[in-house]
Amino acid sequence: MRLILKNCNYLGKEQRDIYIADGKFSEKYPDDQADRIIDVKGALVTPGLIDMHVHLREPGLEYKEDIASGTRAAARGGFTGVCCMPNTDPVVDNPAIVASIIKRAEEVGNCRVYPIGAASKGLKGEELSEIGLMKEAGIVAVSDDGKPISTAGFMRKVLEYCSDFDVPVLNHCEDKSLSGGAMNEGPVSTSIGIRGIPSASEDVMIARDIIIAEYLGLPVHLCHVSTKSGMRMIRDAKARGVKVTCETCPHYFTLTDDYCVDYSANYKMHPPLGTREDVEAVIEAIIDGTVDTIVTDHAPHHQDEKEIEFSLALNGIVGLESSFALCYTYLVKTGKITLDRLMDLMCHNPSDILKLGRGGMEIGDDADLAVFDIENEFTFDKNKMLTKGRNTPYDGWKLYGETLYTVMGGNITYEKLC
Amino acid sequence: MGLKNKDLLGMKQLTAEEIMEILDTAKMMKMVIESGNKKTTHLQGKSIVTLFYENSTRTRLSFELASKYMGSASANISTSGSSVNKGESLLDTARTIDMMGTDIIIMRHNQSGAPHFIAPYLNASVVNAGDGMNEHPTQALLDMLTMYERFDSFEGKKIAICGDIYHSRVVRSNAIGLSKLGAKVSVYGPRTMMPIGIEEMGVTVADSVIDCCRDADAVMGLRVQLERQKSSLFPSVSEYAKFYAITKEALAAAKPDAFLMHPGPCNHGVELPTEVYDCDQSVINQQVTNGVAVRMAVLYLLMARRNEL
Repeated sequence: MRLILKNCNYLGKEQRDIYIADGKFSEKYPDDQADRIIDVKGALVTPGLIDMHVHLREPGLEYKEDIASGTRAAARGGFTGVCCMPNTDPVVDNPAIVASIIKRAEEVGNCRVYPIGAASKGLKGEELSEIGLMKEAGIVAVSDDGKPISTAGFMRKVLEYCSDFDVPVLNHCEDKSLSGGAMNEGPVSTSIGIRGIPSASEDVMIARDIIIAEYLGLPVHLCHVSTKSGMRMIRDAKARGVKVTCETCPHYFTLTDDYCVDYSANYKMHPPLGTREDVEAVIEAIIDGTVDTIVTDHAPHHQDEKEIEFSLALNGIVGLESSFALCYTYLVKTGKITLDRLMDLMCHNPSDILKLGRGGMEIGDDADLAVFDIENEFTFDKNKMLTKGRNTPYDGWKLYGETLYTVMGGNITYEKLC
Repeated sequence: MGLKNKDLLGMKQLTAEEIMEILDTAKMMKMVIESGNKKTTHLQGKSIVTLFYENSTRTRLSFELASKYMGSASANISTSGSSVNKGESLLDTARTIDMMGTDIIIMRHNQSGAPHFIAPYLNASVVNAGDGMNEHPTQALLDMLTMYERFDSFEGKKIAICGDIYHSRVVRSNAIGLSKLGAKVSVYGPRTMMPIGIEEMGVTVADSVIDCCRDADAVMGLRVQLERQKSSLFPSVSEYAKFYAITKEALAAAKPDAFLMHPGPCNHGVELPTEVYDCDQSVINQQVTNGVAVRMAVLYLLMARRNEL
């Protein structure tokens, strides 16, 4: 496919036309040689976004999401690459399942899918999974996400063994002996009678992982960091040279635990929504470089698992289709960070952490890009989402940055109709 | 006047005026109970269902008697365990009851927020008879009626509450309701059972049982679930009784005319020594009568609101 995008606001820097041929960015060619010419009328064009923390739910949990629906949602969010977490059924802990996910994602073709393998067999935190063989099959990292890598001793073994294969280790930080509630512990949980999860539950494991990584001199990546003191510890660790990287999610800088007062499980996730202080600390950490990447932790669930009693509902919200608009509206439009910094957070840094080699827009690079309308406000509508999940807290929010087109490998993977 | 909302979900949703109206109505209902002929026609031709997902003796019975004294048709459903594990969802069950022409559903559930979750889906009014650790508004109302019979105004009164604060929906409802009427609530219990941020509900956390009870106008004990010992919230019953029970000495620190309350059922010799339970200052048995009166008042006022619409 030969595609020309006319009148692009290229990275907010200059007006230009973009030429794509044979799946790559190409030199200029005459209009009559194009299969399609799109006038984007000054809309923002960025490299295709990468989300390194997504739950696609296939195999086994297709009633929540599958690779086809999840990657359609990714494309609608402007993503051209997503990493899928291994807590499927069966768990992604062997090369055969890795291969099947990659094959299925290629058949569907909406988005590049980079599987993450389980660190431990069955996510049990007891025995190492076949990390070397899974690396050969195509994993880009390991994680026991959904659960923490259980003990400090096992974490050490995972970090050491993964270093032989140059496989990044991503950890969900939660000390289970401290958690066990359904929302952040504090005045709100006390007032509405929901068992609380202390922020110390996340912080204790962040501290543990920093200590082990520092001791071994090996890298570790901390998932969905949400707390003020967690960010402080990561900032301090980076300053003294510990190879720690981390991610946060849009809900940790746009929502607080106050939203839980009406018992809607669309505000229930792990780690739980924090206080205003936590939100401010997350934004500060995004600004000062403590946070390396913004991910969604896209966690589709069935209505029957979310529209029930709060404490019984499952954790997590969908995020792929709201992420860029939330980041743009709350971080860039407010002047907190530049668009370049947002591109590091949503594309270049995850590509670097996982060594994906993505995000280039030079001639000859794979043509992965996204086109966003940053001029006009739009209303986020849960019923227009392409994910199977309807568990979003952002229904009805007024945002900037609606996706107009997504192009992956030169093919249009999403196009806003009308 | 009357009640603003279709449902009674908690003290959080009531204004000070609504609380006083319930209490004043309950005083009249108490006269009905104390008269020889316990029969009114306020709920004649109406249907009331109690739906209890947790065990209850006094709350359930007092709601049942309240609705019978006022002439309604009533039915009861008991179930246990979480709705998810029972096959039918809570919402499906509630909708089923609703569609049978029920006017008021009185629900107790082990999950905080369960009545708040179902209420918007139903035509029936929902009365929260206790939801998880959140609220138990009719218990707070009967406690407040018991106080209101003994002092004219709540303004500036000190109410001491001792025991397992963390898990107690009775504390939450009382703290919210009493604060709205200008009373001061002081709480005390083991730190392991003291929820973080309770001060933001307008209560004061005391340093000891005696400190909590000092100069109080009313003292309330709370039931401690003995199985909490297994989750390391306290080491033994005897240690709990020694350091956290409302003793004679603690009660003596309260005002001379202070009275002692307990929502029941009481673990004698744990949160209250038996001689304290039975002492002259104890109004625990009168609370039970007030429970029926308050529930009559709540049902009456909710039904009056329905009849107006």
